[in-house]
Amino acid sequence: MTEEFASKSAAAIDRAKAEGRAALVGYLPAGYPTVQESIEAGIALARNGADLIEIGIPYSDPVMDGPVIQAATTEAISNGFRVANVFDVVAGITAATDAAVLVMTYWNPVMRMGVDEFARRLAEAGGAGLITPDLVPDEAHEWFEASDRYGLDRVFLVAPSSTPERLDMTVKASRGFVYAVSIMGVTGTRTSVSSSAEDVVARAHAAGAERVCVGLGVSNPDHVREIAAYADGVIVGTALVAALRDGGVDAVGQLTKNLSAGLGRAAAEA
Amino acid sequence: MVDAPTAGSEENAADAFLQGGPSLRNASGPYFGSYGGRWMPESLIAALDEVQDTFEKAKADPDFIAQLKDLNKNYSGRPSLLTEAKRFSEHAGGARIFLKREDLNHTGSHKINNVLGQALLAKRMGKTRVIAETGAGQHGVASATAAALLGLECVVYMGAEDCRRQALNVARMQLLGATVVPVTNGSQTLKDAINDALRDWVSNVEHTHYLLGTAAGAHPFPAMVRYFHEVIGAEARSQILEQTGKLPDAIAACIGGGSNAIGLFHAFLDDASVKIYGFEAGGEGVETGRHAAAISLGRPGVLHGARSYLMQDEDGQTIESHSISAGLDYPSVGPEHSYLADIGRVTYEAVTDTEAMDAFSLLCRTEGIIPAIESSHALAGAIKIGKRLTEGKENPSDVTVIVNLSGRGDKDVETAAAWFNMLDEEGHVKGTTLSTRKPKGPTERTSEAAVDVNEDQN
Ligand SMILES: Cc1ncc(COP(=O)(O)O)c(C=O)c1O
Repeated sequence: MTEEFASKSAAAIDRAKAEGRAALVGYLPAGYPTVQESIEAGIALARNGADLIEIGIPYSDPVMDGPVIQAATTEAISNGFRVANVFDVVAGITAATDAAVLVMTYWNPVMRMGVDEFARRLAEAGGAGLITPDLVPDEAHEWFEASDRYGLDRVFLVAPSSTPERLDMTVKASRGFVYAVSIMGVTGTRTSVSSSAEDVVARAHAAGAERVCVGLGVSNPDHVREIAAYADGVIVGTALVAALRDGGVDAVGQLTKNLSAGLGRAAAEA
Repeated sequence: MVDAPTAGSEENAADAFLQGGPSLRNASGPYFGSYGGRWMPESLIAALDEVQDTFEKAKADPDFIAQLKDLNKNYSGRPSLLTEAKRFSEHAGGARIFLKREDLNHTGSHKINNVLGQALLAKRMGKTRVIAETGAGQHGVASATAAALLGLECVVYMGAEDCRRQALNVARMQLLGATVVPVTNGSQTLKDAINDALRDWVSNVEHTHYLLGTAAGAHPFPAMVRYFHEVIGAEARSQILEQTGKLPDAIAACIGGGSNAIGLFHAFLDDASVKIYGFEAGGEGVETGRHAAAISLGRPGVLHGARSYLMQDEDGQTIESHSISAGLDYPSVGPEHSYLADIGRVTYEAVTDTEAMDAFSLLCRTEGIIPAIESSHALAGAIKIGKRLTEGKENPSDVTVIVNLSGRGDKDVETAAAWFNMLDEEGHVKGTTLSTRKPKGPTERTSEAAVDVNEDQN
């Protein structure tokens, strides 16, 4: 990983590490159900134990998302969400908390705004960087330049299907952390964590990744506990979106609190 | 391939081509100029690599080529005919219009060419299941057919709106043993069916091949799908030489994702004297915003794995396309077409629903051929270019044009009947409901599939 400057995501993960635990990463879509409420929900995430926050940009064709996130982002768009609102959400959360705030986005909205312009505005809003589910390093020349220019993290994904060569290449291309997809599939809650997750994390660590976070299907404190035993961070998405859908901002805070109880390594070994 | 990553050098590529420069027929991807590539989740990259590797090896394997040739000949019925449409030609300024009869292939469209190739590759990869997206249902039917033939499980994703428009094809797929999954996300058409197919693929990639039905998507699909359709242009080129003794003045095809078009175009790309036209779906008129003319009105973006012309709003959200033709109702286009448009080798124009349906009717009545509504866009385009190219010509019949008749129109009979006002308020064909007798025969035994289809139509 390249770290010519202080990575906000790396710093947040390292703070958790210093406390002897894995970091909790919480995902919520920008503009769901409204821009203001998504800011409040993001703040609730941070106040109740999330170390990093991943704000998703609602997009018309979210091929890596399951039904819950699809429904939320579709609603956000029909409620009038505009891509530039994501900077308001990031600024709103970073102003109120010290969590690292990343944006998760499919690539076309970034291309449409202009990669440099997007990066500049994200940095201005206090964002930590981007998680890019449909951008692999092979196509990311423009993003390499822009992320270096504005000091942003580049979080690429690795998967159980990634070959050793690709894993190596992706780890080198990433900054902040590497996102290990736990399972071959799309976002959504699952009853158990796939056994392939531990293997992907081990392979990413072996390839030189200092920080590897695991996402997809993580939905309860048991899952968090299991993953926290071997990964540097645990990413929860669908379960939080469902909580926001069913119980509003308070439910997000409550679930985050429950999830963060699973973070301690000591607890995992007990 | 002609490497032209910037607009400036793309112009040079066109110039170079016109001056007898490098061939345009060797574009192997992943990039076509600045288009194409692999804008895909990492989870699927290994699968794309496997497809690419299997495809490259198969292309070089005489056994594979022989197998494919055999299926094309003895199963699909290739070569397809090149039929001169003499009475139709009178409406195209007197230019001689020749129809490349992909409608005569088994299953009724060009789609079978690609499907047989990819299904053979799926077998080579040891996959037991294929999934496909479909708009008009022709690719779904072709996929279900190949799956039945080769003993593969088949699941087809189809927008709920398209299931309604192409109910007959839903029943055909079910009869062939495939499972049809109606997609209720988004615009409920082709692009949403592709999204769901990709979600399925990422979850089941170990034993599943995604049999993409057009020359779009991530590398290697655009180059691979083109390869399996190149037979269209190769046959047409030698057939027209045989029938007229010369190359055509122009060739034309409709553009959905662009597979039938690139299949025809490929053989002629280096023939500088041959003008090449692609006809996009103009829907209710490009000025209404309700169309599917991605090249004519879109701007470059990424969707479904490739950078290409794309209908998108200021935020980069995909704009829903509109067309009477389910098979052309797609907001992007294969990346090689975007490149061919930029360098000026192919001219892309939009044809409206009305123009296409007029051409549909004309072909029915002048040639006794019911064309697919998709192909009717190419026919309407051929009328325009026929008139243009014959203007001021003493002998209009010196001008020859090949149109890719990509499919037959049986699947479209209901849409056409509604368009031409042939239905009563109940949706029955006028004049067919006069009998007062109870229907006879085993109506009780109507299968569930057929019942579903009837419900869809209501
Ligand atoms: C008969 C026919 N022609 C054309 C098309 C458009 O596809 P493509 O542009 O890939 O040829 C379809 C797609 O469903 C079709 O069924």
